[in-house]
Amino acid sequence: MEKIPSGIKGFDDITGGGLPKGRPSLISGGPGCGKTLFAMEFIVRGIADHNEPGVFVAFEENIDDLKKNFKSMGFDLDDLVRQKKLVLDHIAIERTEIEETGEYDLEGLFIRLGAMIDEVGAKRIAIDTLETIFSGFKNEGILRSELHRLLHWLKNRGVTAVVTGERGDRSITKYGLEEYVADCVITLDHRLMNQIATRRLRIVKYRGSIHGTDEYPFLISSDGISVLPITSMSLTHKASEERISPGIPRLDTMLGGKGFYRGSSILVSGQAGTGKTSIAATFIDAACGRGEKCLFFIFEESESQILRNMKSIGINLEPWVNSGLLKFHAVRPTEYSLEMHLSVMLKLIGEFKPRVVAVDPISNLYPIGDDIQVRSMLMRLIDYAKSLHITGLFTNLSNDGNYGAYMVEPTEMHVSSLMDAWLVLKNVEGNGERNRAFSIIKSRGMAHSNQLREFVLSDNGIQLLDVYKGREGVFFGSARMAQESGEVDERLRKNEEIDRKKREIESKRKLMEIEIEMLREKYVREEQDMKILIGQDITREKTEAKTMKEIATQRQVDR
Amino acid sequence: MPTLPRTKRKENKSEKTEETVNDAWILRLYVAGQTPNSLTAFENLKKICEDHLGTTYTIEVIDLQKHPQLAKDHQIIAVPTLIRKLPTPVKKIIGNLSNTEKVLVGLDLRKVT
Repeated sequence: MEKIPSGIKGFDDITGGGLPKGRPSLISGGPGCGKTLFAMEFIVRGIADHNEPGVFVAFEENIDDLKKNFKSMGFDLDDLVRQKKLVLDHIAIERTEIEETGEYDLEGLFIRLGAMIDEVGAKRIAIDTLETIFSGFKNEGILRSELHRLLHWLKNRGVTAVVTGERGDRSITKYGLEEYVADCVITLDHRLMNQIATRRLRIVKYRGSIHGTDEYPFLISSDGISVLPITSMSLTHKASEERISPGIPRLDTMLGGKGFYRGSSILVSGQAGTGKTSIAATFIDAACGRGEKCLFFIFEESESQILRNMKSIGINLEPWVNSGLLKFHAVRPTEYSLEMHLSVMLKLIGEFKPRVVAVDPISNLYPIGDDIQVRSMLMRLIDYAKSLHITGLFTNLSNDGNYGAYMVEPTEMHVSSLMDAWLVLKNVEGNGERNRAFSIIKSRGMAHSNQLREFVLSDNGIQLLDVYKGREGVFFGSARMAQESGEVDERLRKNEEIDRKKREIESKRKLMEIEIEMLREKYVREEQDMKILIGQDITREKTEAKTMKEIATQRQVDR
Repeated sequence: MPTLPRTKRKENKSEKTEETVNDAWILRLYVAGQTPNSLTAFENLKKICEDHLGTTYTIEVIDLQKHPQLAKDHQIIAVPTLIRKLPTPVKKIIGNLSNTEKVLVGLDLRKVT
């Protein structure tokens, strides 16, 4: 089936090209759901973007009101009428004035439409709200056959028509218009969930065309309707080999020296006050420093508050804001629905075309959606970012609990599988103080350090320090310092001990040497004594022998 | 089959009846070509006027196929449509006017009972 682009942002993506060409489509919805805007945008975009003149027939609003309403959306209907591109007609149906007697038909309407189509050579026509006609005539039988004829007639004229209808209780439209529109039926919805209004669009029927059957959230903003072709995304994005630095040198080295992959999604989770926003700001500062555009979605603080707070750790984001590289989008999560948040985010990303997107924090979305909703919303956001090679950084506030440093709660588990990298900040209490531990839980596709680091916010930004690892465990903060200084004392003490031992041994050696000397002297003395004694003995013997001889001589021994 | 008048057609009658309310009755009948409904409506209208208005009334027949712009200008959707231009207020009756009673009520010629 041939299609023509409606010109409505996103709608042409989810329908694979727009509305069926030369055929009527039905747009149905309750009051205030955006039917009239849809119909008008179809006509105005047709004129502006595709040079297809159009006719707009209003049953409910008069022309002046229409012009006024759409002027505020930036559509200058008067100008288009002057250019002979647009014809506006208000068909007034006033039930009370009309008396019916006998048979009739709606040829007048046909002639009227025909005249307007011929007037500008219209290719598009919008009839809003056709069903109003039911309130103007009593004979429903005639009306039904005439409406049937009208839709056929429009088809034969070859104009692409958008016909709007009021939502019924049990049917798509109050009077069952959908029975006559065979080709394309779309419903618009505006409902409340958790006290937050959400607009949704659904393609109920699109003959001969593949279309998503989901409900698509849509936005009505100052420039018309934006439908979000979010679920139509698939996992087909190309993975980048490029690495980008998170702006924390030590983290670079923890990630194999090169940082994160471009286009990856990074989760930073941690308890309150652990420095998640600071990491995000550092990341953005680094990206802006590389000349990359960044979009920062903040749910907790205002722009100026973040700018001020980050200055205190030496990160000045203001120049980036001024130069247009950095754009903040600060909004309370409860401002509107989850879908709306997503819509706004995707819209801004599409317009601003950033290379880095940060969301601080995603946990603030939980009050307005459950786990599954938030997860699917983030999935859409991440998929969209990835398809455009945008690097995403998401912070998540963990509950303060007495979990171990690596324990994580279920919400994080749900979200973390969407993420390529996961950094965890953890408060560590001890010795009457609180310190922050930092670790990388995962980082897909790259070698990364498994070491715990101490996370310190200094005047010069974020610093990751080695933690103290000793026999008595892991220490942070002043305990680390104390342990470190304690270790020095210990070393000094040991050195002294050694010195002392050395001195002791030295003195012992000296003592020993003295003793040796004394012993030697004693020995020498004794030796000398001995020698003397021996000399005396010899002398005495000699003397004795001499004496004996002399005695013998004396006694006159026989000769 | 009688044909519709091609232009404005005035019918002045000399007789007066009781039910004549005002001298200046202007009635417009919008039709789209010479369809059976158009012709029936015209015949019915003529008869009603003759029977109830008597002398001075004007019937203007407007064929929208010849003057398509008038459908928009005069807010006409259904055909045949009869409009009482004068006397005011403007009254609108649609259909082939086959129910005379209803037409009379619609034209304020008879009170609803």
